[in-house]
Amino acid sequence: MSSLARAAAIVVALATVTPSASAERLGIGRVPSPAEIAGWDIDARPDGHGLPRGQGTVAQGLKLYDSLCASCHGDFGEAVGRNPELAGGIGSLTGPDPRRTIGSYWPYAATLFDYLRRAMPFGDAQSLEIDELYALTAYTLFLNDLLPTDGRLDQDSIHRLKMPNADGFVSPDPRPEFPPKAPCMTNCTSEIRIHSRARTSDGAGGQAR
Amino acid sequence: MGEDGKAPGRREVMRLGLAATGAVALGTQPAAADPRNLPPNVPPWSKGLGVGVGSAPYGRPSPHEDHVVRRTVSWLTATPHSSVSFTPLQALHGTVTPNGLVFERHHAGYPLIVPEDHRLMIHGLVERPLILTMAELARFPSVSRLHFIECTSNTGMEWRGAQMNAVQFTHGMLSCCEWTGVRLATLLAECGVRPQAKWLLLEGADAAGMTRSLPIGKALDDTIIAWAMNGERLRPENGYPVRAVVPGWEANLWVKWLRRIELGDQPWHSREETSKYTDLMPDGKARQFTFVMEAKSVITDPCPENPLSEHGFRMIGGIAWSGNGKIARVDVSVDGGRNWRPAELEQPILDRCLTRFRMPWRWTGEEAVLMSRAVDETGYVQPSIAELRRVRGLNSVYHNNAIQAWHVSPAGKVDNVQLG
Repeated sequence: MSSLARAAAIVVALATVTPSASAERLGIGRVPSPAEIAGWDIDARPDGHGLPRGQGTVAQGLKLYDSLCASCHGDFGEAVGRNPELAGGIGSLTGPDPRRTIGSYWPYAATLFDYLRRAMPFGDAQSLEIDELYALTAYTLFLNDLLPTDGRLDQDSIHRLKMPNADGFVSPDPRPEFPPKAPCMTNCTSEIRIHSRARTSDGAGGQAR
Repeated sequence: MGEDGKAPGRREVMRLGLAATGAVALGTQPAAADPRNLPPNVPPWSKGLGVGVGSAPYGRPSPHEDHVVRRTVSWLTATPHSSVSFTPLQALHGTVTPNGLVFERHHAGYPLIVPEDHRLMIHGLVERPLILTMAELARFPSVSRLHFIECTSNTGMEWRGAQMNAVQFTHGMLSCCEWTGVRLATLLAECGVRPQAKWLLLEGADAAGMTRSLPIGKALDDTIIAWAMNGERLRPENGYPVRAVVPGWEANLWVKWLRRIELGDQPWHSREETSKYTDLMPDGKARQFTFVMEAKSVITDPCPENPLSEHGFRMIGGIAWSGNGKIARVDVSVDGGRNWRPAELEQPILDRCLTRFRMPWRWTGEEAVLMSRAVDETGYVQPSIAELRRVRGLNSVYHNNAIQAWHVSPAGKVDNVQLG
């Protein structure tokens, strides 16, 4: 299939996926039990799908954050070294040094809960209770001035909270940006100007932070 | 990464053809040979017994090739557990990347999974959820396909100006393997897809629990759930015992150590598809779900690691690839893009696979700027960095598929430059 035909086929499939229950089954494997699925099904979506019941406060989150998170992310989410910065950066996305933090860039608070649940603390993933995860989510939002000092968060309030950059994303993909053309073969430029030169051959002496 | 590159500090004008062509100090020379091993003498390996069979149950490259390794950039990441290593493209041949040299990208280190203790679970909007052992998975009808895999961040450090003076670091988040596994469509047929299902969540079993949302059209088209690469089981760092292969699409979707697939009616907006792997545009909006790796090419010989050591014949060679199909042509310039000549393409040319190109050149010591430009079967022409910047600015980090320029000095030194 040509790639154009494939792209068209994908679009069609997206629009008209039909159940394949009629296809012949091979009978390999088994149906997992509800308990097996529940043990691994940890994802949470911005529309509330998968968010477990629970709650936590900014105050509870502060204690957890200071003992589990601050060593990498800094006391105020400002980051230590090259670890991710969690707070600040509002208004920086159109500037020369955009800072993509939870407050300035992340479109959904539920994504934060989902990510904390599956991946944090770094090196001790899936170790926190549900209420602790809501508390940490609440505290991280507090660091971004998105919850007050006495704020709390639960499975319902988390997706009522509109993040500052919630409308900052566009899809579908607008590419290709450059239409097909016959490439130039001769006398394509008049002057060859070197705009920049590499400064480092490996990471050891690199200047970029 | 890559968003941190500083703006270029200076501009230079070079006038090609004015460089001196007299005697020059040439670049790197090979290590001096031992004359006792050269004719008319006979070396010891032609006299005594060699190494017996079975001495290396799993073979290794010659110790004289021990410089051909994955490399890392120390300042790039906070920890080696969430980091990347780069494939040594400058030392590879053909189109298949040896398993030990396939680039790595982990978010919490790579897990050492016991295959008997690993399961793949499929649930959500299906008629019948499914859980499979690795032995059961391998009973499904399999396919083997050659496809490149490229990190969305490949060449991302070069957006603001030429930065890394090595093709391993400018382009080495790229590999190409023969992947063997079962089509995801086959597994989904076993479960029965409900009509409301539009997206799949793929989740890894590592301590990052890496997740991405995949449109169901791609899942049913050509996505493979793979357990082998280049004829052997996946390497631990590349997803053992099972991973996703999503041909032509960004490698972050090729979830490794795959443990769970959930079908849903909308994307999940996971951390990796919102705060990362989204492309920030000059107006402050970010493109989301930009999956395809567009046509790209790079000259791997000469390159900064492979300078010119002597005048005369040199075959310019490199690789080209496109996430939108087959490579249709590659043009090569030795004068900074003023004039181009079509390169010869090595057969077979496969869909969304590396393609080798080459063009003979006779270098007489003149200053030169070498460039390659790929065109794929859709007619898409690999853009210049200036064209990309005009549309996307300097901060989009990902999907940099710009034409690469290598400057050749009269001494034969090769440097990464950007033309403006």
